[in-house]
Amino acid sequence: MSAYIIRRCLIGLLLILMVTIFVFLVMRLLPGDPIYIYMSANALDRLTFEEIVKLRHQYGIDRPMIVQYFDWMGKIFRGDLGESMFYQAPVAKLVKDRFPISLEISFIAWIFGDLLGLLIGIIAALKWGKWIDTVSIGMSYLGITIPSFWLAILLIYVIGLKLGWLPLSGWTSPAVDLGEHIKHIIIPVFCLAVAGIGGTARLMRSSFLEIIRQDYIRTARSKGLQESLIVWRHALKNSIMPIITLMGMGITTIFAGSYIIETLFSIPGMGMLTVSSLFNHDYAVVQFSALLTAFIIIMANLLVDISYTWFDPRIRYQ
Amino acid sequence: MGEKSIAAAEIQEAPPRTTGWNQTLKVFFTRKLVVVGFVLVLIFVLMAIFGPWLTPYDPYQIDTENTLLQPLTKGHLLGTDALGRDTLSRLVYGSRTALTVGIITIAIGTTIGVILGLLAGFFGGATSMIIMRLMDMLLTFPMLLLALLISGILGGGIQNVIIALTLGSIAPYSRVVNGQTLSVKENDYIIAAHAVGANDARTMFSHILPNILPLIIVLSTMQIGGLILAEASLSFLGIGIKPPGAAWGSMINDGYRYLLTNPALSFAPGICIILVVFGFMMMGDGLRDALDPRLRGTL
Repeated sequence: MSAYIIRRCLIGLLLILMVTIFVFLVMRLLPGDPIYIYMSANALDRLTFEEIVKLRHQYGIDRPMIVQYFDWMGKIFRGDLGESMFYQAPVAKLVKDRFPISLEISFIAWIFGDLLGLLIGIIAALKWGKWIDTVSIGMSYLGITIPSFWLAILLIYVIGLKLGWLPLSGWTSPAVDLGEHIKHIIIPVFCLAVAGIGGTARLMRSSFLEIIRQDYIRTARSKGLQESLIVWRHALKNSIMPIITLMGMGITTIFAGSYIIETLFSIPGMGMLTVSSLFNHDYAVVQFSALLTAFIIIMANLLVDISYTWFDPRIRYQ
Repeated sequence: MGEKSIAAAEIQEAPPRTTGWNQTLKVFFTRKLVVVGFVLVLIFVLMAIFGPWLTPYDPYQIDTENTLLQPLTKGHLLGTDALGRDTLSRLVYGSRTALTVGIITIAIGTTIGVILGLLAGFFGGATSMIIMRLMDMLLTFPMLLLALLISGILGGGIQNVIIALTLGSIAPYSRVVNGQTLSVKENDYIIAAHAVGANDARTMFSHILPNILPLIIVLSTMQIGGLILAEASLSFLGIGIKPPGAAWGSMINDGYRYLLTNPALSFAPGICIILVVFGFMMMGDGLRDALDPRLRGTL
């Protein structure tokens, strides 16, 4: 098992390196010069040629690409994340402020989406063919097909504008006002989670229906076990395997969703930072954001694969 | 000559081919929701094809005297946007954008993904290592970020959106096809094909591919919906089709500014997206049941 984890970590490291090279190259293929974008954003149109050359030198973008890459990578390993050209601040500081916000929203959306989906799927399967089943399946299809940003707009309109129950957008730190904080994240978290709820519910229902017809469930019933024990112990653990796989993939979906949702709700998280830095050609920020995203996705998938062994002890990794 | 006539006689004596196609169609149309999905997709496809003949107005025609009309105004069923363009006409043209992107992307993405997956699964070793690691890399990268980067380099426009989304859609296919190829190639008939002298290409494309084709068809149909969603997200973020082109995502974004007074501008395109994505998903479900019921519970 530990050999397997070490090997997976090494492969993960390789993947992260590939992602960084890819993003590094692609960022430099973007048309437009970061210095000019920085200049126009700060109304510095009277910079002389010498000053531009100096700025280029200061940020090291006048050197060959391969030198830039190794310099950046070397610094990352020493804990120096580089300097944002656009914000004129160290990337580490930008990330330190924004990452916890994104992590909170994404993590809550991930867990909430999967748990709720699991519950809806099981209830639908238990009430197979009844109206609850029909409604749950209809809702889960709606969850998968609805564009998250459109749902966000709909909820802003109904709950924010018409009913006035929740704030439209923005962000309050939990340290300042916990109640306001929760009010601000309800709609974004729900919008991020909704695809996960639908997908999990649909898959859980069919997986559960498959398992509940197995022989060992009949055996459990015939020996007089309580129905609740059969559902929660015997059937759940065996039908949950496909859901675990889906959860691993769900991480990527939620990250992608957070780019749009954070921008839409003006939540100062990594998603909004990445999208705006992409438009601003802020090399160091986008590169580190991609590295961080790849790291989280790889780690989450490793955890998912390890958790298989707990749900199904027959699975062994060498 | 003699040999040929024997073969012909054998063919005539052989039982008539079981009508697999009819059976497939029958299963496909049993579930009501699948029929609903099929009809929805059909409606949108017809709308996309016959758009210019259906729309009452030119979707690009700016009319400064009739801006931001409410739905059900006389002459404009769904009202007009901030430039006085007819919303219904733009919705019809938006279906062209969505379906073009969805279908072309899936065609290219599937083809490349399937070939890469077949190669990796069939040859194994270093080939598999290189291909699958590249695919893993693409998978550890949110598709939207990839599309954002690529449209950033190539600029907006429908063809660049297709390129960006294609790159994002290759990896899942190659992964599935790789796994399937690995299991199919252990079958005796593959060894038999080799024994009678089939070369690698023939084994791959005539013996392995037909066995995984149902899975690919089902997966592609389900994926089209996801790609239409991705296209909408891109054009919502302002990347993708350039103005004045009509895309549902950018229509939602344009209408967002007038949410308080004209909510229909944002809501109508979203409903179109939901309907068409739902249609493709249901069709995928129906195809799965009809082509390969064993996939139930996994897809």
